[in-house]
Parts: sequence; C-alpha cells; structure tokens
Amino acid sequence: MENTNKRYWKGIEELKNDISVVKNADKEFNLEGLEGGTYRRDFLKMLGFGVAAVSLAACNAPVRHTIPYLNKPEDIEPGIPNYYASTFAQAGSYCSILVKTREGRPVKIEGNKMSGVTKGGVNAQVHASLLSLYDNERLKEPTKGGKKIAWAELDKEVSEALASSSNIRLVSNTILSPSTKSVIADFASKYPSAKHITYDSNSASALIEANGTSFGKAAIPSYLFNKANVIVGINCDFLGTWLSPIEHAAQWAETRRLSSAKGGKKTMSRHYQFETGMSMTGANADYRGMFKPSQEGAFVANLYNRIAGIMGVGSQLSVANGDFENIDKCAKDLVAAKGASLVVSGSNDVAVQTIINGINSLLGNLGNTIDFGTTVNYKQGNDATMNQFVVELKSGAVDSVIFLDSNPVYDHLLGADIAEGLKKVKLSVAIADRANETASLCTYLALNTHYLESWGDASPKAGYYSLTQPVISNIFNSRQGESSLLTWAGKYSDYQAYVKNVWNSGILNGKTWTQALHDGVYESPNTALAGASFSGNLAEAASKVSSVKSSGIELYVFENVTIGTGIQANNPWLQETPDPVSKVTWENTAAFSQKTAADLGLEVGDWVNLTIGAKTVELPILIQPGQANDTVTVAMGYGRTAAGKAGNVGVAMLPLLKGAATASNLWVGGVKIEKTKSGYTLAQTQTHETYMGREAVVQESVLSEYVKNSKAGRFEPMIATSDGFKKPYSISLWNGHEKKNHSWGMVIDLNTCTGCAACVVSCQAENNVSVVGKAEVARAREMHWIRIDRYYSSDAPEEEGYSVAGYKAMETASANPEVVFQPLMCQHCSNAPCETVCPVLATTHSSEGLNQMTYNRCVGTRYCANNCPYKVRRFNWFKYFENDNFDFHFNNELGRMVINPDVTVRSRGVIEKCSMCVQRIQAGKLTAKKEKRRPVDGEIETACSQSCPTNAITFGDMLDPESRVSKLLIQEEEGRRFQLLEEINVIPQVNYLVKIRNKDGVKKAEAVAHTDHAEHAVH
Amino acid sequence: MINNISKKLLTLVALVFVLTINTFAQDGDAAAGETLFKNNCSQCHAVGAEVVVGPGLAGIEERRDYAWLKKWINNPAAVISSGDKYAVELYEKFNKTQMTAFPAYGDAEIKNLLAYVKSANAAPAAAAPGAVVAAPAQETSGGKFFNIVLVALLVIMGLVLVALLAVLKLLSTLAKGESLEGVPSAMDNLKSALKGLSANKTIVTAVIWMFVLIGTKATLDGLFKIGVHQGYAPTQPINFSHKLHAGDMEINCAYCHTGVYKGKQSGIPSSSICMNCHNAIKRESPEIQKIYTAIEKNQPIQWVRVHNLPDLAYFNHAQHTNVAGLDCENCHGDIKNMEVVQQRHTLTMGWCIDCHRKTDVNSKGNAYYDALLTAHNSTSKEAMKVEDIGGLECAKCHY
Repeated sequence: MENTNKRYWKGIEELKNDISVVKNADKEFNLEGLEGGTYRRDFLKMLGFGVAAVSLAACNAPVRHTIPYLNKPEDIEPGIPNYYASTFAQAGSYCSILVKTREGRPVKIEGNKMSGVTKGGVNAQVHASLLSLYDNERLKEPTKGGKKIAWAELDKEVSEALASSSNIRLVSNTILSPSTKSVIADFASKYPSAKHITYDSNSASALIEANGTSFGKAAIPSYLFNKANVIVGINCDFLGTWLSPIEHAAQWAETRRLSSAKGGKKTMSRHYQFETGMSMTGANADYRGMFKPSQEGAFVANLYNRIAGIMGVGSQLSVANGDFENIDKCAKDLVAAKGASLVVSGSNDVAVQTIINGINSLLGNLGNTIDFGTTVNYKQGNDATMNQFVVELKSGAVDSVIFLDSNPVYDHLLGADIAEGLKKVKLSVAIADRANETASLCTYLALNTHYLESWGDASPKAGYYSLTQPVISNIFNSRQGESSLLTWAGKYSDYQAYVKNVWNSGILNGKTWTQALHDGVYESPNTALAGASFSGNLAEAASKVSSVKSSGIELYVFENVTIGTGIQANNPWLQETPDPVSKVTWENTAAFSQKTAADLGLEVGDWVNLTIGAKTVELPILIQPGQANDTVTVAMGYGRTAAGKAGNVGVAMLPLLKGAATASNLWVGGVKIEKTKSGYTLAQTQTHETYMGREAVVQESVLSEYVKNSKAGRFEPMIATSDGFKKPYSISLWNGHEKKNHSWGMVIDLNTCTGCAACVVSCQAENNVSVVGKAEVARAREMHWIRIDRYYSSDAPEEEGYSVAGYKAMETASANPEVVFQPLMCQHCSNAPCETVCPVLATTHSSEGLNQMTYNRCVGTRYCANNCPYKVRRFNWFKYFENDNFDFHFNNELGRMVINPDVTVRSRGVIEKCSMCVQRIQAGKLTAKKEKRRPVDGEIETACSQSCPTNAITFGDMLDPESRVSKLLIQEEEGRRFQLLEEINVIPQVNYLVKIRNKDGVKKAEAVAHTDHAEHAVH
Repeated sequence: MINNISKKLLTLVALVFVLTINTFAQDGDAAAGETLFKNNCSQCHAVGAEVVVGPGLAGIEERRDYAWLKKWINNPAAVISSGDKYAVELYEKFNKTQMTAFPAYGDAEIKNLLAYVKSANAAPAAAAPGAVVAAPAQETSGGKFFNIVLVALLVIMGLVLVALLAVLKLLSTLAKGESLEGVPSAMDNLKSALKGLSANKTIVTAVIWMFVLIGTKATLDGLFKIGVHQGYAPTQPINFSHKLHAGDMEINCAYCHTGVYKGKQSGIPSSSICMNCHNAIKRESPEIQKIYTAIEKNQPIQWVRVHNLPDLAYFNHAQHTNVAGLDCENCHGDIKNMEVVQQRHTLTMGWCIDCHRKTDVNSKGNAYYDALLTAHNSTSKEAMKVEDIGGLECAKCHY
C-alpha cells in the first residue's frame, strides 16, 4: 500500500524474493510439463480423429429417457428445490441448518436464520458435511469380522452377547441430543452393567472441572462476546474451533462493526490474543502476544497478578514475574473495561482455567459477559472417566464395549491402549459409517446412517432445542445408531416416533411438533443472566502452574478450522480448503518461527523428524510468522489410516503426545528435531495468483485515526492528465454499460471477515467447483472461485523510511506480524479487461452488471486470465470428472449426486470463474416475476454472502435504494468504502470496507516491529 | 416440513386468497370459474347434462344446495362416509368412483365455478371453444447465410458456363481453321477440345473451386445439422395420443404437465395422474393396461424424451409459460393434432435468439417490469422486446 510505510506480503517466500515466487510472479499459469508445444503431425492426427468422432457422433443421437414418478409425492415438483430444517450435531459441534433438496437428494446446506444460536451462520465443516453423505467409501452393509451380515442375525448375536455380559461400556463423543441420551438410559435400564463414557478429542474437561471447583457449577457457561469491550483469548481459537465458533464469530463481529455515517457507531471491542501458534482468532486480534505452551500457566498467573495489582484487590499469586509482549497493556485495558470484558482460555489444564476464572471474577465479568444462567453442552467429555475406562479395558475388566459414532483408537490420546484392550473384550460393536480405525478392530460393525439420513435432536444450550430430520432415505443398508441400541435393548426401534415422544412429553411447551419440525428449532431461553461467586483455590493453582517444567523445543498440537479433529477427514472439499492462516491444503505441517527455523538450520521445503522418546513422525515444515520461538505447532485430525482415499493424508499427532504428563493439554516439551529431506513444495495457496506487483489492494487503519477521519487508511490514487491530477474514475476510454434493471453488487467488510473459509466451501458446493488434489494445488491450479487472501504486514521503521537499511529491514519478516484477510472473487468489473481480450466473445457483460462467462463458447486461450488484474479466473487443465487421475467425488456416481443441477459442470480446456451465483439471481428474479413484483432485498443471496457467520459479505441490487448494499454504500461513501486497484479504472461491482484495528496508533506497533528486526539482525 | 421461505410465501398466498374472497364473495366470476373448470373439472365433468366420468353439471344448483356442494367438493369422502343419502347413491351409481377432493377451494372458487356452469348453460352456443392458437414462430432455420452462399455459387457457376462457352467458340473457330489439313474424326475433335480445356489453367481452377465450394457448403450444412433433431418422433412405450387428450378431449396441458407454470421442467405426468381418469375410463385398453402393469410391478414407465436441450443451456418453462404467457404450441408445435409427439422446431440457439428478438415482453400488469417499461418508453417508440431487457445475454441461459 503506497500511503503508509507498511509492506504486505503473502508468505516468507514472497518477502524473501524466493526463486519460485520471482519465477512465477508474472506467470498466471504453471506450465510445468506442458511446454513441449504441439507438433504438426500430432495436430493432423487429432484433427483426423476429431472429424471422425464428430461424424460418428452425428450419425445417431443417443436416446434419452425421461422417467416420471409412479406416484408423485405431493410436495415434490421436479426442478423446484425443497428446503428442510435440520441440525448438524457432530461430536458437540452444532449448527442449525436448512437443507436444499432437488428431486429428493440434498444438494446444499444453508444456515437456519430462525436459530437463536447460529443465527443463519454456517462454517466450512458444516457445509462440507453434505459431501460426507455421498462418500463412496462409507460401508454398504453391516459387517461381522469384516464380512457382510444380515441385520437380524447381527441383532440376535449382539443381544445374546450383551445379555451374558456383566460389564458393558458405551463410548461416545459429546452427545447434544436429549433423545439419544434417553435411548442410552433405556439401554442402561435393560443392561444395568452398562456405563456411558463420554470423551472429546479436543477436550474441555478441565474447564468443566475448574468451573466446578471455582463456582460450584461443573458446567460451561455461555460466553457473551458481544457484550465485551475487551476480549482476551489465551490459546483459544474461539472464532475457529472453540466450543461454538459460529455463534462466537457472530457475537465478536457485532462488536467490530463500524459505521462512517454521521453519528454512526465508531467504537469497537479491543481483542487481545496470546498464543503459541498463529491461530485464525489470533490473526484477527488487535494485539497479539506469544508464549511457549509451558509458559501458559505462568502467563495467566502473571496476567492475574497485574490485574490484581492495578485494581489493588486480591493477593498476588506466587509465580515468577514474567514479561510477555502486550501483557501490561492488556491488564490495563481489562481493568478499564471491568464488567464488560472477557477472558477465555482453550487450555485443558485445571490450574490455568482456575486462574482464568479468578481473573473473570476479579473483573466482575460473571453475570455480565459470562452467563451461568444458560449453560452450554458443546463439550461433555470427562477425561478422568475415559482414562479409567481405558485402564479397565486394558485389564480385561470390561467384557462388552459399544462405540457409538466414535473413533477413540484414532482420536483419543490413549488410542493405542484402546486398540490393545479391545483384544480382551468378549463383545465389541462399533456403530460407525465405515471401518474406521476403531471399527476395524471391533467384531461387529452396526452400519450407522449419515445425519442427513437420520432423525434426531440437539440441545446446544439450556433452553435451546433443535430437530434433525432425514432428507434422503438411507443410501446403504444402514440403520441409525439409536435404532440399533433400542433394538438391542428390546424396545420398539422406530426412532422418529421415539424422538417425537421425547419432544412432546418433555420439550415442547405448547408448540406443535409440526411447527418445531418446520422451524427446525424450539427455543425457550432463560433471558436472565446469572453469575457465580468464585471460591477457587488460586494459591494451589499458582503452585501447580509454577511447577511446570520443560526444556528444549515444545510441540503444541491444535485443532484447525478445516479438518478439526479428523472426523470428516475423508472429505475432499475440506482437504482442499486452505487452512485460514497457513493456507496449506491436503496435509499438516510442522510450523516454526523464522528464528527457530534459522537456529535449527531449516529452510522452506524441508522435512523434519519430530522425536519424543522412541516415537518419531516426519512432517514438512512451514515457516509461520507469529509462531512463538522454540516451539513447533502441528494440527491434529490428519494422519488417519482408515478414513478413505482422500482422508488418509498427513500425520497423526496424538500418538506422539501419548504418555507425556502434559499430553491432555496437547503439548509436550523436549522435542528432538532433525532435518530429513528438502526441496519439497507444499500445496500452499498463499503465494498463488499474485497481483503482479500492484499493492494497493489492502487498506487499513487504526481506530484512533478512524475516529478523527472516517477516510483514514483510504488510498485514493490520482491520475496525471493534461488538466492536472484527476480521480481515476473521472476519465475513461470506455462508454460503460447501461444498467436499467438491476446492478448486482457486493460490499465486503474487512473488519468482520475472520477468514474462516465458510464461503469457500459454500461456493464450491453451490457452483460444482472441482477438487483437483494436492499435486495440482502445488502447481497453483486450484479451482476455488473465491479465495481468501491472507496478508501479513511488516512496518517499516519511519526513521529509516527510504534508506537502504529501511528497505532491508522491510524484507525481514516480523516475528509477530499483523494479518489481513481479504475474500476475493471475480470483481465483475464494469470496464472488464478480460472481456476486451477474448477472441471469441466467451466472456461478455450483462445489463445487470455481471461479467458473464460462457463455457460453451470458450476455446481456452486464457487471454482473459492473463489480463485479469485480480487473478480470479481459473482454467480447467483437465477434465476433473469421471477421471481416474482425480479420484475424488466427481469420479464416482454417488459423489456426483452432490452436483447442483442448475450449474454446468465445466469440462477440460475452458476458463471458469465466479458468476455471482447467477443461477440464484435468475431463480430469484423468476420468483418475483411469477408473483408480479420486484425482488425484495435479501431474497436473492449468493452462496458466500448467505453462509457468512459474521455477515461480512453483503450482496444485493445497487439500483434498489432500499437494499442493504445501497444503504451500506451510502453510509461508507465518505468513509471506509474502497475498490481494489481503483487506479486501473476497471470499476468493480464489488466494494470493500477498510479494515480498522483497535490500536492506539501506528507508532507503538512500529516500535515492536523494530525490536523484532533488531533481534533478527543478531541471528 | 416446508422451509420458512415457502412458509412466508404460503402466508402471502393465503393473504391474497383472503383478499380475493372479500372481493368476489358476493357472486361468482364466470370467467375465473371457466379457467378453474377447464383446468380441474373438465376431465370428468361436462358443463351440460351429459356424463363423462362423473355426472354433467347442468342444473347442479337446482339439484343440491350450496352448503352441500361446498362440503362435497372439499371432501367427498367425508360426505359419503357421513351416510348422506344422495352422496351414497351417487357413489354407487358411478361404479364407486370417488371424486377428487379439492380441499383448498373456498367460497370464492366454488361460486366462480357455479357461475360458470350457470352461464355456460344459459348461452351454450356462444362459449364454443374457438380459442385461436397462436401461430408458431416463423421458421427461419438460419437461412440468410445459406441463401448468400447459394446465390454466390450460382453466380460462380454462371461465370464458369460463360467461360466454357467462350472457350468452345474459340476452339470451334480453331478447329474450322485447321480442318483444311486433315479430316479429324469427331472423337479427335472432342479429345483435343478436352485436352485444351484441361490445359487451360483458368478452367481447371474454376472447376476445382466449384468442387471445393460445393463440398464446403455440404459439410457446413451437415455440421449445422449435428444435434438438431427437427422432426424427431420416437416410438414411445405407450401409444399415448396428444391429439386425443389435448385435442379432442381438450384437457389442459397443465393438468398432466403439472410443473409447466411452476418451474424449470414441465414434468412428465406420474402414473397416478393417469389414474385420475383411467381408473374408470377405458380400463381394458391394452395401452392403458401397460400403466396398470407398471404400477403393479412398481416400475416406472420409461418414456423417450423428445425435446432435448444440451446440458449447457438452461431453459425454464415457468419463465416462458407463466411470466411471458406463451402457449405451449409456440415451441412444441401443433401438439393438439399430434398422434405421436414430434419435435417441430429446431431448438437451436439461433431459433431461441430469433424469438427473443421478435417477441414483446409480456409486461402488462407485472410490477416487475414497470420501471423497465418506463425507461424503455422514454427512449423508444417501439414495443419492448425481450432483446431490450437483456434477453440475448449469455448468462440468461448459460451458467
């Protein structure tokens, strides 16, 4: 950006002018392996073959059949979608959804706006769960010892074995469903020796336990981020993965929204994040600090001491005084925002959580931003009972075990012990959808249904209920887990009737079942906030945290936004979605800070062995700005061995942690690191699609500047003309396009975009975007129509500004850089450079402001992509469907059921790009026309705008003065509104709003950056 | 089950419904009744006294009172099971064939229907079905280009002919001059003439060009016909006659093709729709027995699709039938006289575009078009064509 002395960079490679980046900077396409040219003879051969093929094809048109229903269901009209409300509830993750079905098959998931919890937001994993329904690697039949078995036989054998068992265990992840719990109770009443064990792969057991000892309430309260003026996250990815990220992101965004209108909202929350690796939440923070995992306890204790010190209350905890970046500032701000602040921690260490409770209690946040009146159920796993179970299993005390939709052999720390213990049980049953790591070790596999084939319900929070209903009949010979349990318990197994009965007798209060099923949710929330009084033992906690010892490099394992704990690992959509921060696809990496990498002699492209004791794993490295020094961070959820073709990638990390005293808190010290090989190219999208050196694409400022001048941070280029300097849009070569009817446009608020990638997967589902696989992503050939650019920025020291030393300093990565996320799709330029260069008019302009791409006309010259200033056009290098080289969902009949029938599947050799969901625009217009009216704002939404949990993307008709887009544009006209690359005068239909950070000023940040640079100079 | 959007729509529809009742509750609107009758009742009932499937409706209001009729129309099964004497007799009389229930009909609809029955019987001659079918769009089959090619070819051929004649004349003069020396046979004459011709570069070039041009024209013609199946009339698994159903029996197209005003596809009727009538009519016919067999075997009927568009083109029936108000015949030809359905038009892009150029937008009474129409009229005296509102743009059909 020219107007500040900041330098933006997409990755270390770019910053250091790596050879690969320089080589490809001016190349839109990676032509590796293709630059042979075509020879005359080949051409003639192909011509001959082409003529022959065409004449053959012309001889006989294939007969196409059209098969009507025998008895058409009343509510299905072919060609018209139906929407059904349902619920995604998977191992405690929750989202209330609407499922779009066409001719009886689900094709898209949308958020349910009637839900008071998720409020219409959806995240990447929920969107992608649709594709898991059509996973061809789900088992087709129930099995016994890997061989097909009939249900009746399985039921008989399992029931008999259960009847003769004396110690039964039922193992599951967190269950949100009241009905499932009731089924388990029924099962336990039939088999009194049955005990239900709940665990979570990424456990919050310590949080619950600490709340029990601190407040006498062993539960998780509701966190009200929207009521907090100062938010502090400590190793807590609350926008990405922690407890209820969709809900939290919406609350957080509420505090981040600004208005440039006169008297508009010009205040926002201040967000601090302290963590080990750079999480998505950390990337969105105003101030960020780092610590090693072993310092987590010391950090929170120090924060407590500083707060207590400023407030002059409470006694100081006896821990060593530590200095952490931004900790003093954070303490000061927290105290200033007493009662309207919130400190959250993702730690699974009781002592840490106890001190956090102490801090929140000290600040008076209980009952204000922390509500015990409405407790949440997202995590119910209890580490102690699970560990006890494993001990019993290994000792042979347990004789029967049933795994209800859980896979602890893979996703629990003690997975190996469970695998061993399973050899000693008499009866082992897995209720699973595939022979996963656990199920393959069990005798029986009672094939479970996907949630879109099932009945069910969920209670994410006290007073909030929602229903799951099947939207397709069972694809395979499966039966939902609850029905199986009821059958074995000797009960009537009609689970629909069961759920209905549970709801009618215990949940619905006056509302009808039909209404609840239609709405998908039933809510009777407790609106009164409730606090709790703190009685935790801080001294004990302090002594515990100060006793943490560690040495050497520390490994921290985290849950990432796309793959999570690995349940949906075999989902090509999720695997190909770039991680929001690292932008790596298809695998997990060992992330080091630049300094640590240099210390260890590691470079981009290297692989390393991480060794703890006798266990070693090999991973590619990633140099991650914002990573704490002397630490290495790796994502969990990868390295599955029995997930399927797409899912068995990366490296499993939990086995490496196993046995360490700190394993339950997902870290371990003293990791030995050695380089094994080098020269590897990560399938990382961050440096793809460059702007060819144009840099005024990110515009940002700080709140203090913005309050003074609502145009702070705006870069307003001027063009030199014979009449002096002019605004770029005031002169033009073009006549422009008249828009009489509609002018579809977007406003994207960089302030509320968290980079969560929900829009990426939503777009992929809506527009039949192909999955290309790791090798092709590594060659910069990903097909996503919307990408989220992630920029790091370094501040150039002012005094050195334009000196050689200044520039030199700018080439060093900040150890703790600021991050900007910018969603980027086709900008639908009014003076579109792509249109003028297309030799066959395959890309043209519509009278509604859309830049249209006509695949059947495209001959694949790729001139348009070369001429696109935003690099949003994608070329189909291959035929990605029905092609064994791309063995993802488009390569099998079941997987292709996910295709949106309203959108063409593009073939090889054509360009494609964002169409602004023109199929939705056309459908919305038709609905309006049929009803003889104009479309109402909000009726037509693009896939990205509809799914955004924070409403960062607003779509609408800019000619409709009542639309949200028009109002936003008026509000921000003399404020934050900008368009990308205004100086080239392409006049996009997409507008952005300047990112504002709640920082004191630029000065302070520079000073920090400066010290970092000095530090680097030493190394 | 239905989502909240459709629920809102339902409320809206219900609201419109209520308003309609308020407006028309007093006495029926015969015209509205006619539409309702033709779409929903005429399959089984005549307006006059004759029996079709059910009784003729002439004088129905004299036979039964309004309250009974309403109950009956909304739920005939309930009236029969309530033991109503008249209803039970009716049921027995018509071979226990039960009338389809129309639970959604309120007072307004029923009064409209009755008003129509009354008016139709009052003036039977005037209501003859004389609706003129709109003439199908003019077939141009992209002719202009070929006409030009043809004319060009003719001109070239003419030129060649003139050249040939000139050469012949020249040769014959030469031949005359040389005839003094010897007496060549006619064969020799011809031979030398041909030799002369083949030696003449102009002529050879002209001939080659002629062949090339004719060949090119033939190839182009052939290429343009790829994928065009005008006249395609495949044999269907059941000899269903549109002439009988849509023509002679005047069953409204939408009665069977239920989606035609609602969505993308018009829909091929499910067997259950056939059974609405054929559980009583012509049950013994071997063709109709095929439907019974399909239902018994639970195997749907595999019809052969006649009108195929490539996957890359998006076509929506509702836009054309419901919004634009076009008749089915516009694209499907004179379906009411087809024993076997045939593709009458080319269904090529040129054919689509041609119609979009010529057709006026059906903007009357549709608030969607109001602003567009005002804008158009302010700059043009011509009627607003589909072309004028972006009907030729790529992404209207290709996405």
